[in-house]
Amino acid sequence: MNLANLMNNYEEAVAMILFGIGFSNLLLQNNLIKKIIGLNIMDTAVYLFLALKGYIAGRKAPIVVDGVQSVDAYINPIPSGLVLTGIVVSVSVSALMLSLTIRLYRRYHTLNLDEISTRLRREGL
Amino acid sequence: MELVQNFPFFSIILALFSGPLCSILDRRAARRVNTAVILLIGAMSLMVLHFTIRTGESYVYQMGHFPAPWGNEIRVGQLEACMASFFCIVMLLCMLSGRRELEREVQTTKQNLYYVMIGLLLSSLLALIYTNDLFTAYVFVEINTISACGLIMIRQNGRTLEAAMRYMIMSLLGSGLLLMGICFLYDLTGHLLMSNIKESVGVLAASGAYHVPLLITICLMSVGIAIKSALFPFHAWLPDAYGYSTLSSSAILSSLVSKGYIFLLIKIFYRVIGFDVIRESKVINVLFVFGIMGMILGSVFAIQENHIRRMIAYSSVAQIGYIYMGFGLGTTAGMIAALYHILSHAATKSLLFVAASGLTDVSDDRTDFLGLTGAGYRNILAGMAFTAGSLSMVGIPAFAGFISKLLFAQAAYETNRKLVLALVALAVSTVLNAVYFMKTVIRLYTPGWRAGLAVSGARIRIKDQPLKSAMLVCFVILNLILGLCSEPVVRLLAEGLERFA
Repeated sequence: MNLANLMNNYEEAVAMILFGIGFSNLLLQNNLIKKIIGLNIMDTAVYLFLALKGYIAGRKAPIVVDGVQSVDAYINPIPSGLVLTGIVVSVSVSALMLSLTIRLYRRYHTLNLDEISTRLRREGL
Repeated sequence: MELVQNFPFFSIILALFSGPLCSILDRRAARRVNTAVILLIGAMSLMVLHFTIRTGESYVYQMGHFPAPWGNEIRVGQLEACMASFFCIVMLLCMLSGRRELEREVQTTKQNLYYVMIGLLLSSLLALIYTNDLFTAYVFVEINTISACGLIMIRQNGRTLEAAMRYMIMSLLGSGLLLMGICFLYDLTGHLLMSNIKESVGVLAASGAYHVPLLITICLMSVGIAIKSALFPFHAWLPDAYGYSTLSSSAILSSLVSKGYIFLLIKIFYRVIGFDVIRESKVINVLFVFGIMGMILGSVFAIQENHIRRMIAYSSVAQIGYIYMGFGLGTTAGMIAALYHILSHAATKSLLFVAASGLTDVSDDRTDFLGLTGAGYRNILAGMAFTAGSLSMVGIPAFAGFISKLLFAQAAYETNRKLVLALVALAVSTVLNAVYFMKTVIRLYTPGWRAGLAVSGARIRIKDQPLKSAMLVCFVILNLILGLCSEPVVRLLAEGLERFA
């Protein structure tokens, strides 16, 4: 019964697995670039989930063509709008993280956050 | 509709647009514009507060042309207006008292950017306070994170860059969880406006349908915001971020930024999910445990710390623990105590940061305890202000900290099982607070010759730094007002909370 549920909603399950992969990468990777990749996987997984929730099989995007105005012809547009907003946020956050990474790399010539921390402690700044 | 009802919207927009304006102006003009904008928004928030007290109810302000289930809304009541005015006051005091440090520590060409960040931060804080739409709240949470990161890294050294990176990583983990929670909730209820979600959640909870997804949603949102506001196990980024950034940044980050997130969590508890559902979900018990661990371990870390600003930062971990313990009590009284502690902690922690910088100024910029020996004699006002702040943190009557501890203890009496744990934690934490704050105060008033140390450092009199001295006095007065006239404030918070949902 539960397995059947999972099989019916396998897209959502994929989204959750991707979210987990992204989350653990952002949390556990030492390399800053890999962390940022993890962040992007995590955000994309959320958008996948949202897009799935807005989609209704066999319907089209709510743009009036040929005078069809019935609600039954269209998908729910709000999740698509949320995805767009979310993409803007995630792009700006990724840009900020990348610029911080460049700063740190220029100063310490490494992308390993733990190594940067140990070097800072040794400097005793 | 009266003119004053538009002010919450105006203040968000004004703060948002003051940022870009500051980036094209000359440095001095940008500084003036920034101060004027904060003042104006503070005045408008006070007028809104007066209006909401007079009418005695919250009102909904529709954004755009679409009515309730579809459009975006702002919702304003006493509690929101009170928080907005208080945040503006604290931010103004922090900005003015950190002005000299800002000009000394930050490159001249970057100073305009600082005012841009402050504008963005203020607008996102106000939006978090006022918004009635969950997804708008998420967007402004991200804006808040980005501008706070800017505040940390504007003073460029290795420590702040690393701290900014760690702050971003933790914050993004938190906002990822929050976003997932919001998506789940949209999926379950089909709404984004908080009041509509609450209706649907009420129906779901009554029928028992989707019990597990609802529980997971509550967990995701609580954990996400707990990570962002540096609840105990997630505090690793905090001491570096507060300890090494420029003075106004430390003061604003510790007193306002984390409080904005906590206010959003209160909003989620009361207006989105409904407090009864939250109480039944047992999530608050987890928050209670972590709050208590934070209260005690934050103080222990602070005792071990030798750097005065990092010590104050670790004390913030303990104070955030207090607030979450108030949530965890699961009663309205606990929530009021937590709200009061938001105010008292904001007033006290920024006072301590400003006073500590006054003390390191007269100790050749040394931040360790030996260097600070006798600093209370060299900068008399800063020493007295630091003592006042310490007394407030420890919880001596007449100061704000005493009232919040009293409220927490009274709230604990309404619960059965959590009573002993909460009281013991309060007592232990108070003793630990006293250990490290009184250790510092005694060190400040130990004359160098008696300690057998050659401590140097120029004296600073009040007239050398008139602005900072005036701000220190303002902070102490704010503390005393909260401590001595607590009754109207608590009544305001209680009434506001009643009309909040």
